[in-house]
Amino acid sequence: MTAIKSFEQEQVKTAWCPGCGNFMILKALQQALKELSLKPQQVVIVSGIGQAAKTPQYLNVHMFNGLHGRALPPATAIKACNPELTVIAEGGDGDMYGEGGNHFLHTIRRNPNITHLVHNNMVYGLTKGQASPTSQFGFKTPVQTSGVISEPINPLSLAISMDASFVSRVFCGDIEKTVEIIKKAIQHPGYALVDIFQPCVTFNKVNTFKWFKENTYNLEDHDPHDRNQALTRAMEKEKLPLGIFYQNEDKKPFEQLLSVHQDKKTPFIFRELNKKKLKELLTSKKS
Amino acid sequence: MKQGERTSKTAENDISIVLCGGAGLGIQTVEQLLTRMLKLSGYYVFATKEYMSRVRGGSNSTQIRVSDKPVQAPVQRIDVLIPLDKDAISHLDHRIDDKTIIIGDKDRLKTDRKVINISYLEMAKEIGNAIYANTIAVGLLLGLLEGDIKEGKKYLKGYFTQKKKEEFIPDNIRALEKGFQEAARLVKEKYINSDKFLHMKKSKEIKDDLLMNGAESVGLGALAGGCNFISSYPMSPSTGVLVFLSQHAHDFDMISEQAEDEIAAINMAIGAWYSGARAMVTTSGGGLALMTEGISLAGILESPMVIHLAQRPGPATGLPTRTEQGDLQLALYAGHGEFPRIILAPGKIEDAYQLTQKAFYWADKYQIPVFILTDQYTMDTYYNIKQLDVPKGKIERFITETDANYKRYHLKTDIGVSPRGIPDNGKGLVRVDSDEHDENGLITEDMDTRNKMMEKRMDKMILIKEEAYIPELIGPEAYRILCIGWGSTYHVIKEALDRLDLPDVALLHFKQVYPVAEESIKFLKKAEQIISIENNYTGQFGRLLETSTGIDIGTKILKYNGLPFYADELAEEINETIFGKGDKK
Repeated sequence: MTAIKSFEQEQVKTAWCPGCGNFMILKALQQALKELSLKPQQVVIVSGIGQAAKTPQYLNVHMFNGLHGRALPPATAIKACNPELTVIAEGGDGDMYGEGGNHFLHTIRRNPNITHLVHNNMVYGLTKGQASPTSQFGFKTPVQTSGVISEPINPLSLAISMDASFVSRVFCGDIEKTVEIIKKAIQHPGYALVDIFQPCVTFNKVNTFKWFKENTYNLEDHDPHDRNQALTRAMEKEKLPLGIFYQNEDKKPFEQLLSVHQDKKTPFIFRELNKKKLKELLTSKKS
Repeated sequence: MKQGERTSKTAENDISIVLCGGAGLGIQTVEQLLTRMLKLSGYYVFATKEYMSRVRGGSNSTQIRVSDKPVQAPVQRIDVLIPLDKDAISHLDHRIDDKTIIIGDKDRLKTDRKVINISYLEMAKEIGNAIYANTIAVGLLLGLLEGDIKEGKKYLKGYFTQKKKEEFIPDNIRALEKGFQEAARLVKEKYINSDKFLHMKKSKEIKDDLLMNGAESVGLGALAGGCNFISSYPMSPSTGVLVFLSQHAHDFDMISEQAEDEIAAINMAIGAWYSGARAMVTTSGGGLALMTEGISLAGILESPMVIHLAQRPGPATGLPTRTEQGDLQLALYAGHGEFPRIILAPGKIEDAYQLTQKAFYWADKYQIPVFILTDQYTMDTYYNIKQLDVPKGKIERFITETDANYKRYHLKTDIGVSPRGIPDNGKGLVRVDSDEHDENGLITEDMDTRNKMMEKRMDKMILIKEEAYIPELIGPEAYRILCIGWGSTYHVIKEALDRLDLPDVALLHFKQVYPVAEESIKFLKKAEQIISIENNYTGQFGRLLETSTGIDIGTKILKYNGLPFYADELAEEINETIFGKGDKK
């Protein structure tokens, strides 16, 4: 028996295309977890379905690979039942902003202390090239044959408008910055969104590695505690800013507000039924 | 005996009181106060209600049966009607007969029917406020039923003290006494012939009985089963369980979360099990429809899951506040793909407590979804039950501490179930996957592994079936005719058969409807005629029994208008079905 020490799996055979942005995100995430000195046994990655959602398959961590669009609800519950765990919800733009859109809104409201990594390549990969909620207006696909006629969702401005406690965007081509922001997101005590631009080398011939390089820039001289400024920056369209847009450390995380964690921090498996109280409650039904 | 005659000759052992009026008039309070005071007086009580899907107005009614023998089912018959507004009488017109005593405010009721006039409002105003009208009505009924006024006053004090409204105690006690005296006047002045009124014996032992409805019983069963996480979206008639558990969440170290939708609710609950909790969801048919993908997820993850499904009539929004046994098929087939499951259907209030505990036990033991199938009738009904036991010993958790080589879906198991680990409880990693997976929980399309995983999951059904509850036979062992019931119809069929008192007719009641115990076959084989009695249109359980046992269920008695069966009405229907008179459904 050898103890599990590293986040890296041996002999990984991924389901990703050569040159896929997912490889960079996987590497950045491994690096971030390592630099935070976490142990594999402390980390749970919850994912939905899609090529991005396969990421935890290639990591040495606890994995809950659930349903398409549904990573956030179990992630919230896992953290609530054992606040000692580091919980990350990970998936693509279709998974998190499309199928799981409602959970995105309500998880922001709850503000659990989890990290939300969204691989955003503006296209559907696993189902082979249809539009995603972040596809740009006019983007042509085998389904949207005349081009997309809906506006793309802006996850950042949406999250900031709801006072999400940590809102950021990175480009996976900049590994160093990606590692840095993922680390900050994990350390942030509350819900933390990292929207990760990535190229899809097979199905998105518009938003390529080169396109992301040319159409993004790093936020500088920006105060992430200024919500109005954050919203303005998040709505920029010409060139897309990268970095931490907004952070609100004043909000208490969901699990801290739950009455079950007020008196004690014990994970749920070690808690016992209070038989005395049950007896009292049953007896109270006499009248 | 002439066919169909017997039921009408049955001497009734109880008094059936019906309170009826618009939502918001305080029927609930009268029901609460009166049933408790009567029980504390030493009577058996039964109460159920039918109500409209609205917050104000309409016509809602509560039936209270009082007796010196156990009463546990509704009847059509009304002995005493307390109409609170003029619509009440037309709402219940078909249930009122010559013997029904109507007591109310004549001026306000505007009816041609004979009404014993009581000006509640005037009397209440004399005490000081119109709000005391309901307490006067409680006092009046307590008086007519020869209840214990001392117990009544004591209960009233406690009731307002608990609500922190002590200032209302003196006037309410005056109102109660006033109503009580008014009852004596009605008898004395011969408005009510007390010779024709049933005089019931009081029993001291009954005072210690419990009164709780099905929603509370499911909730208490969940607590006793170690439930410490509930995530749900409110939906009638399942919300009572969510409310009950939320109110006791703090005392029992429980997380109660109102989810954004039923999809989130079930996914959260599965996450909670994964993280070491014992979780449940409570919903009704429409909510379960949204949860189906999550049920399937529990199937492949081999996650325990407890689903309380309180049925109401569909399709779609249907009759939101009414009752039906129409979602058995939904529970049976909900979720794509093939995976094992258990469906329990409590017939008695006590069953709801025991079966909900069992649901947690089986869900954890076999790592499967377990359904508790109730309905609006069960949720809103209560009657005297004996004290319920607190479970003995520690709750068995079926969780293993992982080592570094831990494999969540280990194929070689002695017990037919791969031991379930929890993150952060041991040195290993716990990987669960909605894709078909290998022993480590990682995605695979290896066909041999697929076969082995399917077989491992499905083989649990063999063990589950061995443990299944054997149906309960009520009535003569040497039966010729067997009535089949499941879930909430237990007492109503039992009372209907008691009323008929036929020597060769018995009831076979199923509290586990899936999988059906193997022994069921021998009960069915013995019968010359089988009558399936169900609160739905197609006889879903009858058909399930036919497919499970290969035995033909010849006859069906079905009701699907949104109301439960009434014992007197059902007795007539069974009688007609057996003796061939009248139309069969």
